[in-house]
Amino acid sequence: MSHAPLTVDPIFGRLTLHSLPFHEPILVITFIGVVLGGAAVLGAITYFKWWGMLWREWFTSIDHKRIGVMYIVLGLIMLLRGFADALMMRAQQAMAFGDNAGYLPPEHYNQIFTAHGVIMIFFVAMPLVTGLMNYVVPLQIGARDVSFPFLNNFSFWMTAAGAVITMISLFIGEYARTGWLAFPPLSGINASPGVGVDYYIWGLQIAGIGTLLSGVNLIATILKMRAPGMTMMKMPVFTWTSLATNILIVASFPILTVVLALLSLDRYVGTEFFTNTLGGNPMMYVNMIWIWGHPEVYILILPAFGVFSEVVSTFSGKRLFGYSSMVYATIVIAILAYLVWLHHFFTMGSGASVNSFFGITTMIISIPTGAKIFNWLFTMYRGRIRFELPMMWTIAFMLTFVIGGMTGVLLAVPPADFVLHNSLFLIAHFHNVIIGGVVFGMFAGINYWWPKAMGFKLDETWGKRSFWLWVIGFYFAFMPLYVLGLMGVTRRLQHFDDPSLQIWFIIAAFGAVLIAGGIACMLIQIAVSIRDRKKNADLTGDPWNGRTLEWSTSSPPPQYNFAFTPVVHDSEAWWDMKRSNYARPIEGFQDIHMPRNTPTGIILAGISVAFGFAMVWHIWWLAAITFVGMAVVAIGHTFNYDRDYYIPAREVAETEAARTRMLTAQG
Amino acid sequence: MSTTQSLYDGDRPLFHLPEEPHHPDGHSTMLGFWIYLMSDCLLFAGLFAMYATASESFAGGPGPKELFELPLVALNTAMLLFSSITYGFAMLAMAKGNKSNTLLWLAITGLFGAAFLSIEMYEFSHLIHEGATPQSSAFLSSFFALVGTHGLHVTIGIIWLVTLMVQVARKGLIQANQRRLMCLSMFWHFLDVVWIGVFTFVYLMGVAR
Repeated sequence: MSHAPLTVDPIFGRLTLHSLPFHEPILVITFIGVVLGGAAVLGAITYFKWWGMLWREWFTSIDHKRIGVMYIVLGLIMLLRGFADALMMRAQQAMAFGDNAGYLPPEHYNQIFTAHGVIMIFFVAMPLVTGLMNYVVPLQIGARDVSFPFLNNFSFWMTAAGAVITMISLFIGEYARTGWLAFPPLSGINASPGVGVDYYIWGLQIAGIGTLLSGVNLIATILKMRAPGMTMMKMPVFTWTSLATNILIVASFPILTVVLALLSLDRYVGTEFFTNTLGGNPMMYVNMIWIWGHPEVYILILPAFGVFSEVVSTFSGKRLFGYSSMVYATIVIAILAYLVWLHHFFTMGSGASVNSFFGITTMIISIPTGAKIFNWLFTMYRGRIRFELPMMWTIAFMLTFVIGGMTGVLLAVPPADFVLHNSLFLIAHFHNVIIGGVVFGMFAGINYWWPKAMGFKLDETWGKRSFWLWVIGFYFAFMPLYVLGLMGVTRRLQHFDDPSLQIWFIIAAFGAVLIAGGIACMLIQIAVSIRDRKKNADLTGDPWNGRTLEWSTSSPPPQYNFAFTPVVHDSEAWWDMKRSNYARPIEGFQDIHMPRNTPTGIILAGISVAFGFAMVWHIWWLAAITFVGMAVVAIGHTFNYDRDYYIPAREVAETEAARTRMLTAQG
Repeated sequence: MSTTQSLYDGDRPLFHLPEEPHHPDGHSTMLGFWIYLMSDCLLFAGLFAMYATASESFAGGPGPKELFELPLVALNTAMLLFSSITYGFAMLAMAKGNKSNTLLWLAITGLFGAAFLSIEMYEFSHLIHEGATPQSSAFLSSFFALVGTHGLHVTIGIIWLVTLMVQVARKGLIQANQRRLMCLSMFWHFLDVVWIGVFTFVYLMGVAR
């Protein structure tokens, strides 16, 4: 209907030289930095002749462990981008008072808070969560890989493709200025005629395909690939929470796909779904995106709960308190995740009865969550607690998350929400649960499973420095926002008039700097650990005296995970094996059936980046070619029937003999 | 999970089995495809919800009574229902191991699918010609989105069907191809079920209201 008249070049679409942000010194400097850094990395890979190895053993790998590690690397790289955005916002808000306009013009500031939200949720938290699940779940259930190994590789590359499209927007064109959920009519074609919202849409749509397929894959894996004897109620809690998370993914991401597709139709062909004209209804967008968006936060937090359950029981040297209540709490949270979406817009005007319903369901969620907290506390009670890094993150989580949970219950009260909605109180609340819950959980998980994946522990000194800087930095950065929110300061402001507020923003900015130190220490921790990998090596495969199956195999596990598929009699299978003086088999190995690597996933994702870029810039010929290209490659892939091979028993015997020698040398 | 081997050696628990428990090829494909179909079902649920909220937002333009021609839609529905039956015959031929009959029934299914699409495209072009375009009102936007997405699925189904016909012709009814035919069968019947929803809620109830 109301299309802004656009001049579209037949070759380059909307893309012109003006699309490159030469006039933005911040972006030019960033670009130079990225080019130099990128050239250094690519140069190093070329110099050390790693390309062949990377291509054969990583990019085309369908090994769930390799894919899990690649997800986590993607998440950590994107964390740097997302956190750079956070630092810029904190700096702007700390200085932009009165006559001082700060250093970020509004249109740039708006892109930064949008990019920060999108990147942190979709390209940091999601890859970290998916990466951990990918790495750990098959090992915990005694499987050799996931149900659909090729699909797994494809899912990862689609997620990476979405991240690439989002990153391209930094240097070619612009990103959305709409906030991370791009509500219309602001994100409609009239208010946002530029390419920003289109980058947003295509980045998320392409990554969403990967997320959905990985959800299907992991559900099938957990339901079908468990070792003999592992009934549902003998699954490790992390596997349980992963199952719940993946069910939530499959049951919510299609709605995101639909709502973004309808928004694209509004923008590309002028339909009237979410417009203010001809019967369009923007509030339908808000409803639909939160029907995805609320389950999404449980998608992120449930695996973190799983990590804490594993960590608490391992480092307290005790069986997890209340295993079945933990499982049922997980299921209840997963179900309730679908009954609360309206609490994100109590002020929309649905009326008192509707608001009450959603307020009450929201408050009810704190019951199973509280049960979990008590289960962890009772697990620690009279345990022999070892304050290793994963346990430290867990304790920091319990303290921090409880605060975030309580402010959540406060916001769940509709009248209170009318006062606090859209304020910095809300910002403080969700950072409190996402940083205190998801991020701390992922760090606990990375510190916990790193030795399993890499064969050596992470350095403790730098880990502790990172821990304290992160935790203290978090409180400095977000407690002031609670105060400001209670005083009525709304979110997403680029400039303030009232000078009395400034001190709180300066404290928050100081907190962000502490967190920056925490991230720096974490990078140093990784570097130092790689340098000292001989000293911190884990030769046993069981560095923490673990309880679940992943600790029964070597660190890092062989490609086939387990020489013999384990048999499970207890929810703590490996603990049970150790208690029963289980002897590791050293002979009688058989051929092992494994899937074969394939480059199809990375090729399809590469084409989809070009497709997304073409759609963003209205380069129709390229969009058509790449679309057909994707279909041809995908169909071509189905003509390849030769997808698996056998690792000969001799090779298995050699690998296992090497491990036997290593274990004997340990004594 | 199912294993014929005992997990115990007398009273002593076993921690691995002398004989590897065997996962047959593609043993989780059916479950995986079911889960995918359920996600696709939610995609349609989203479109139905959009249609439901916009079903009376005519913006002064035409509504279902003026636009829909039930005889044409009934013909269209018949095409899709017949294609489901013929797909069933293809699966029966497959179960008997009869390759040429399988291919024949698949071809007939594809023709019915193509007929369905042709009628749908005729309907769409007719509507657009009359000025009832997707841009005219929220009602028409959501009508075209819902019915068009279903049509897009049928198009993908036909491309898939042709691909499978080539693969069956080349490799015969091997295990992998049987599994693929089974997946497409589920997909095809699923689209039928969705269409029954579309026919009922969009066309019949639209005209009846």
